Amino acid sequence: MSVLDIAKGMGVTLSHLFKKPVTVRYPETPADVKPRFRGRHHLLRHPDTGLEKCIGCSLCAAACPAYAIYVEAAENEPDDPTSAGERYASIYEINMLRCIFCGFCEEACPTGAIVLGHEFELADYKYQDFVYGKNDMMVGIKGSKWQRREAKQEQKEVRIGLQSGPRPELEGVEY
Amino acid sequence: MDPWYITIGKAMLLCTVLLGAFAYMTVIERKLLARMQHRFGPNRVGPFGLLQPIADAIKSIFKEDITVSAADKFVYFLAPFISIMFALSAFGAIPAGPPGSFFGMNPWIMDLDIGILFVFAATSIGVYGIFLGGWASNSKYSLLGSLRSSAQMISYELGLGLSALTIIIIAGSLNFREIVDFGVWTLHPLLWIPLIISFVTFVISQIAEVNRTPFDLPEAEQEIVAGYLTEYSSIKWALFQMAEYVNMMTAAAVISTLFLGGWRGPGFLDALIPGMSEWPFIWLISKMAIWMFLFIWLRATLPRFRYDQLMRFGWIYLFEIALGSAILAGAIIAFIV
Repeated sequence: MSVLDIAKGMGVTLSHLFKKPVTVRYPETPADVKPRFRGRHHLLRHPDTGLEKCIGCSLCAAACPAYAIYVEAAENEPDDPTSAGERYASIYEINMLRCIFCGFCEEACPTGAIVLGHEFELADYKYQDFVYGKNDMMVGIKGSKWQRREAKQEQKEVRIGLQSGPRPELEGVEY
Repeated sequence: MDPWYITIGKAMLLCTVLLGAFAYMTVIERKLLARMQHRFGPNRVGPFGLLQPIADAIKSIFKEDITVSAADKFVYFLAPFISIMFALSAFGAIPAGPPGSFFGMNPWIMDLDIGILFVFAATSIGVYGIFLGGWASNSKYSLLGSLRSSAQMISYELGLGLSALTIIIIAGSLNFREIVDFGVWTLHPLLWIPLIISFVTFVISQIAEVNRTPFDLPEAEQEIVAGYLTEYSSIKWALFQMAEYVNMMTAAAVISTLFLGGWRGPGFLDALIPGMSEWPFIWLISKMAIWMFLFIWLRATLPRFRYDQLMRFGWIYLFEIALGSAILAGAIIAFIV
């Protein structure tokens, strides 16, 4: 190690002193999430008719390696259909503690009804609060169960700590 | 000569200032290191993390003070106090301005004719703090760590003393004030050679003496066992840290005083504001700040020496070069000037 090398190294560290830190100040500023990030699931609707895309076929539950999905199907009312197909999911639950966020459900879905979104702040206190039902995942619902509960208590908007680029599969989902 | 109560008051003020400076040095060091590594550093407590030292102090005071049951209790307790006491007292000999400039008082505590010797002696007694601390802990890690630290500090003290010897020979005084007042521009040009050599060796051995990177083997923080500090916790540990930082500040002040004109500012500034270079405190503090920044900068840059490299460097290179420059200075004074 010669003196020149030391001087060179000192120059490197000095130049880095004036660079912008790469630290993500996550709770204060939103975390930057990539478009294909796999977070909490969303159940989507057809944007034009407003009907649910899910037809209750349980293919997602079959594809799920962690057995995290439970689907119960029911026949559509012909006059007032819930989904675009013959049947719809009357119960659709995902256990977020079992889920490994692999995205197989999304790949298995024939109608593109279930898509993994970008939300990742899912921490909660009770086991039962990790079972997300239809009314927790339907498009238009923002935030995890805990975030919505807290927002309700404080009478505030749900604030989720992320920003991300658009992803075409997530139509109708807003962050 | 000040009356005794003023001396005591000034000493207490100096201790307060030094400990306050220590507290903020830790924050500044952590922030600078962080910025050099693309991080923010402490920014949670207060604006920009400026209250961090208070949080640290509260934490270290209220932490459980663990004493090893097999330790020699008295010496174990005494060691951190030896360290911090002599670290603080060493600073008192350094002048910070012209006589009578501190509200009519002298801006130093002790005007010793053997100022340099006093500073070296006091910082050397600090080695006892390390050695006794390691020995009294009754732990293999502490003992080995303290042996290494003492060996390192004693070895580098030779280089330190011999480098200082050059300037003592040239200035003809051991008094800090006389060395500051010594007209370096009137020197024989040949004397600049030993001066510059001894400046470099002095800085290197001061860094080793205060246990900073790349010579920070005594407390190699990345290597889990913390040398002589292994068995210390709570405020005793904090006292050792304090001593380390105060020693750093003393080292910065001694380097500035011996080689860079101490409390005197650059003379050409007198053309702008008359008497500017004679202002007390500000020049010494800014020179010290530059050296402190250099210490932190070195820590961010350099890897640590291995122990044998450290010893070889100290005894084979630094010692000989410092000795050579002292002999050279003496020879030039004796035969040429």
